[in-house]
Amino acid sequence: MTPSYRVIPDRLVSPFAKALKSWESLLLIVAVAIFIANALASPYFLNAWNLSDATFNFTEKAMIAFAMAMLIIAGEIDLSVAAIIALASTMMGVAMTMGFGTPVLVLVGLGTGLACGAFNGTIVARLGLPSIVVTIGTMSLFRGISYIILGDQAFTGYPADFAWFGQGYVVWVITVELVVFAALAVAFGVLLHRTSFGRQVYVIGNNPVAAQFSGVNVARVKFILFLLTGLMAGVAAVCLTSRLGSTRPSIATGYELEVVTMVVLGGVNILGGSGTIPGVVIAAFVMGLVTFGLGLLNVPGIVMSIFIGLLLIGVIALPRLWAMRRRRA
Amino acid sequence: MTRLFASREALLAGVIALLLVLIAFRFPGFVTPANLASVFNDTAPLIILALAQMIVILTRCIDLSVAANLALTGMVAAMLNGMGVPLALILCGVVMLGAAMGAVNGLLVWKLDIPPIVVTLGTMTIYRGIIFLISDGKWINAHQMSDGFKALPRIAFLGLPMMSWIAIAITLGFAVLVGRTALGRSFFAVGGNPHAAVYTGINVGRTQFAAFVIAGAMAGLTGYLWVARYAVAYVDIAGGFELDVVAACVIGGVSIAGGMGSVGGAVLGALFLGIMKNALPVVGISPFWQLAISGAAIIIAVAFNARQGRAPGRIILKEAA
Repeated sequence: MTPSYRVIPDRLVSPFAKALKSWESLLLIVAVAIFIANALASPYFLNAWNLSDATFNFTEKAMIAFAMAMLIIAGEIDLSVAAIIALASTMMGVAMTMGFGTPVLVLVGLGTGLACGAFNGTIVARLGLPSIVVTIGTMSLFRGISYIILGDQAFTGYPADFAWFGQGYVVWVITVELVVFAALAVAFGVLLHRTSFGRQVYVIGNNPVAAQFSGVNVARVKFILFLLTGLMAGVAAVCLTSRLGSTRPSIATGYELEVVTMVVLGGVNILGGSGTIPGVVIAAFVMGLVTFGLGLLNVPGIVMSIFIGLLLIGVIALPRLWAMRRRRA
Repeated sequence: MTRLFASREALLAGVIALLLVLIAFRFPGFVTPANLASVFNDTAPLIILALAQMIVILTRCIDLSVAANLALTGMVAAMLNGMGVPLALILCGVVMLGAAMGAVNGLLVWKLDIPPIVVTLGTMTIYRGIIFLISDGKWINAHQMSDGFKALPRIAFLGLPMMSWIAIAITLGFAVLVGRTALGRSFFAVGGNPHAAVYTGINVGRTQFAAFVIAGAMAGLTGYLWVARYAVAYVDIAGGFELDVVAACVIGGVSIAGGMGSVGGAVLGALFLGIMKNALPVVGISPFWQLAISGAAIIIAVAFNARQGRAPGRIILKEAA
């Protein structure tokens, strides 16, 4: 049905010119529409502090979504990100009970994320196993280790200065997490759209065999992408643990679904080969606004998950239905 | 090829036997026929769903929504029972409802060409959410269920409860389906080489659709069995069970790349996990270890499968899109 080849242009069309007539601009219109709809539906929506709180709905997930977007563009996927958050958070809790201070806790969180990413990357890139099954396995393994360590207990009593990452403000209503989110968005945008590494990611996603023959070290690039995804899950774990102030083994359950949804909603092709970081940024805002707006209307979390699921399928299905209709006409 | 499968199943059977012998040394009570029968009965839902998942994986798809499907049909069965609908009608209803949910997955994969992992990740949360909507988040407990509704899986026949017999019957049914019918053979053809399957006149999308519908029907039936056996229905029953089901398949030698797998392998994979799950508390290991163990088992099994799957002349070029 769809053509089995894709065209890589010799020269990149300027992302700005592309953004004007693309998925991203459509998404932006949706975001603005949801914003207006929310403002009309609830009198509590247009309030700087409420909107600031609303950013927590997506900042942590979006951090992972940036790395996941690159991974999916390269034709792989990591379903273990939520489990990495759980394990990294648990390890931080262990370090905390051993009496370490905030700098060590952060290092432990990031280090655990890197280690988990390296584990996934080694198995997928070096052994050449399918990432879907491998990360379904590590998803059980990582969270399983958290359960072994914690059982039905919880770590609480993190140091007071640790709370800064998830509860602190830089200026006025701008949270620390929002600043981290923005900095990472720029960093990943540059990495994917302005470096040769980013180009290699696209090439691998379009044709791994051709990439290999044109001198791209496919295994190494994939390994680095898993490493980055693990690291971002570690960053998200630091923020989430700091925000909640406690660790349970069930922390961040189901985040992998929302991260993948965010990436796909951002216009990244689930089969790999195309997608942009600006798209993911807008998708993060869309999802944050939707969940926050529904929350203000007292819609329970599990019903929101229906919306997320419908969004995930709808966003892929609608363009395909559209294309089918156009072919018939 | 058949020798490869045979050796794989023999190996797995050997591992299971070894596991039982090791447990028997310290805890002879575990390997008494009565206890083994109860372990088998506990594993019955996993066996049924592993077989269902196997045919889906054979066609190069995956169904992560089986556990949510099970939970939703289970809830509907309990609610129908509360309204006084006769058991026979409930049984027909759950199978049809399960099949319908499988059909939704299948249609999205067949007609819209959406990757199965995305479709079923989405429907998984949607089906779970629907349970909350129809039940208002409330539990349906044992005293709200009729005796006949709860009794069916427990009726003893020749020493085994009906639940075990249903699992055995379904295993035999799948053996016939996969080995003796055109549809069953086309599952292998579609997964082994979709292009070749098209040239032999097999409709790839329709075959995948059929696999999803059968898997959904099995999940629906299991939904009733689960709710009737444990005499409770709520939003989160069988949460995360889809991972156990996939694990059972992978351990049983079903290749995630499609086209390779057997009924015996899937059943043994499910039994391996079932014995592990039941043995952990007996051996004195905290049940919290179970998640990590099944995760490790998936990784080891998939690495092992890849090693075995690298037979000369299999797939040399993966499909580009």
